[in-house]
Amino acid sequence: MSSGSAVLPSAGRPPARRARVNWVPYALLLPGLLWLFVFFVVPMITLASQSLQEGDVDNGYTFTGNVAVYGQALQNYWPQLLRSIGYSATATVLALLLGYPLAYFIASRRGAWKNILLVLVIAPFFTSFLIRTLAWQTILADDYLPARFARAIHFTDLLQVLNLSENSSLLSSKFAVICGLTYNFLPFMILPLFTSLDRLDGRLLEAARDLYATPRETFRHITWPLSLPGVVAGTLLTFIPAAGDYINSKLLGNTQTVMIGQVIDAQFLRVLNYPLAAALSFVLLVLILSLVTAYVRRAGTEELV
Amino acid sequence: MTELDNLALRAALSRGVLTRRTAMAGGAGAIALALAACGSKGKNPTASGSGSAAPSAKAAQDMSDSEKLVNWSNWPEYIDVDDKTQARPTLVAFTKKTGIKVNYTEDYNDNDEFYAKVRPLLADGKDTGRDVWCSTDWMVARLIRQGYVQKFDLGNIPNHKNVDASLMDVEFDKGRLYSLPWQSGFAGIAYNPAATGGKKVESIDQLLTDPALKGKVTLLTEMRDTVGLVMMAMGKKLASFTDADFNAAIDELKKAKDAGQIKGFTGNEYTKPLASGDTAACMAWTGDVVQLQADNPKLGYVLPKTGATLWSDNFVIPAMAKHKKNAETLINYYYDPAVMAQVVDYVNYISPVQGTKEVLQKADPSVASNPLIIPDAATLANTQVFRGLTAAEETKYSAAFADLSAG
Repeated sequence: MSSGSAVLPSAGRPPARRARVNWVPYALLLPGLLWLFVFFVVPMITLASQSLQEGDVDNGYTFTGNVAVYGQALQNYWPQLLRSIGYSATATVLALLLGYPLAYFIASRRGAWKNILLVLVIAPFFTSFLIRTLAWQTILADDYLPARFARAIHFTDLLQVLNLSENSSLLSSKFAVICGLTYNFLPFMILPLFTSLDRLDGRLLEAARDLYATPRETFRHITWPLSLPGVVAGTLLTFIPAAGDYINSKLLGNTQTVMIGQVIDAQFLRVLNYPLAAALSFVLLVLILSLVTAYVRRAGTEELV
Repeated sequence: MTELDNLALRAALSRGVLTRRTAMAGGAGAIALALAACGSKGKNPTASGSGSAAPSAKAAQDMSDSEKLVNWSNWPEYIDVDDKTQARPTLVAFTKKTGIKVNYTEDYNDNDEFYAKVRPLLADGKDTGRDVWCSTDWMVARLIRQGYVQKFDLGNIPNHKNVDASLMDVEFDKGRLYSLPWQSGFAGIAYNPAATGGKKVESIDQLLTDPALKGKVTLLTEMRDTVGLVMMAMGKKLASFTDADFNAAIDELKKAKDAGQIKGFTGNEYTKPLASGDTAACMAWTGDVVQLQADNPKLGYVLPKTGATLWSDNFVIPAMAKHKKNAETLINYYYDPAVMAQVVDYVNYISPVQGTKEVLQKADPSVASNPLIIPDAATLANTQVFRGLTAAEETKYSAAFADLSAG
């Protein structure tokens, strides 16, 4: 999978370190580590502790080590967990299929064009995530052109056959949720892909042509392997936030498309069952971490990044 | 931790949509909010006295006389605004009259969200930075139960005698010692004839079962409105329903959900799809629909014969508020019918003040003749108020409802 590393001359062994400890790098790391500690480690610990507490808002919560809440979380909400993983995985694949050719196209442009196209990719970030998702409500609304066109060419019938929609609308369906997720996280796919493809050495492609490789072979043996770091980074940046997202399913979905984020929101804000909400957050975290670990191992990024 | 909690909360909440009764915290919200809840204390230290009776909230030293100021948190678009200057005429007049400056903040977007924001402060016995806000009935019940709101000094609110008698005797606050109504409204059924094929939607049964509406119905995330309307349709009384009644209503709703009848549960973001026809029929609040009807007079609004819910948003003064007397002066000011009429003329909800109708009949007869704004006795008789819940009931019911609406 990784012929990339073979191309570059391997660096010699680094010179042996001097014994004296240099404190400067550690001092430079300190603010970052502090930040991580305050905004990541501490919340993680409090979240873990919260999930093992029992009580209610009126009487306060006490730590009882109640592990049963995890069983309850998994037993009651496994469909929403699986659905979240399924939707975000689908959206990630779609984003890759849409993003790769676009990133390649942008990377192969010259000068000003490249910058203009990149700005266009980033442009949606100038409006809020919420507004962009609300805009999709309008775009997919029953009375507008896309929905009418989809009905005219029987695309909506196809969606119903595929169980991606409940009726002849585009909105309020699985289809809409997955489209929304794909759209919202697409730039996170394109940017790392672009970075990888932009660094691609044109001489390698020339060499491939000189050796009578077909374009397909060139892509398979040169372009794709060398862009793998971008693919891995892009898929992770798309999959991870998409799995926890619930704005798309809330605004574009229906009562059958509820994702795990919506459950956590409801348990936290409305039911005030903080331990269950914390446990669900943890389950999601562990699930994503294990999937990502398995994926990164398979992709063999140690050699690539 | 408080600093940190605040930051996390603000980050989480800043992504919320700013419309009334919308329920959206940010994407990272759940996790950030879970953090905010950590290390939660037992019964609030603001409460004095113990035992099974509701604790009473502690008062801070009242700075009203030295600081001519009052901090009021309210729902967005819930007060009169001058379209040209963007000033709020009734507040400007209040400051001119009393010399008290009003810091009016529209940061009350959702009962649950607001509660999550102020609860850590109240539980720690700290000032929330607010002297008065407007909570919905059931939230008032919870705040009273937990001892987070103070008793009024009615001596400072002589105009409270103008409050409509039907709103004075409420189950969750007998004698209105802690709360006074700001605006009221009904939850009923709204429909768009263009999307129903000209059909009227007049009952909850029809809303939940009519195949013509399949997949084009939205209900409300406010449990009391959604379950309340269904329980009334089943012939139950909202003042005295039992666990079995509640569960029967949940089952009924679940049946409709599993049949694909219900598209979703919403805050007041139901308005846009209703106007466009993407939603054919929905449960809806009066003030919203009155405003929509101004653009599309064909939209139908029905208070079901089986009964509509009546809710109010109420002034409460939180524990440790620094300007309690000023807040009471402000409340008193709004119970002048002439002042309340100005507000109602703009927001189109129901005035809790007697005499508003007479003022409006002269100032804006079209508003005065709208039964959704100035309801007659028969309309009011057909409405019910959801009873207050104990902490255990509230947990149980909201868990069942959450599994229905987000499960």
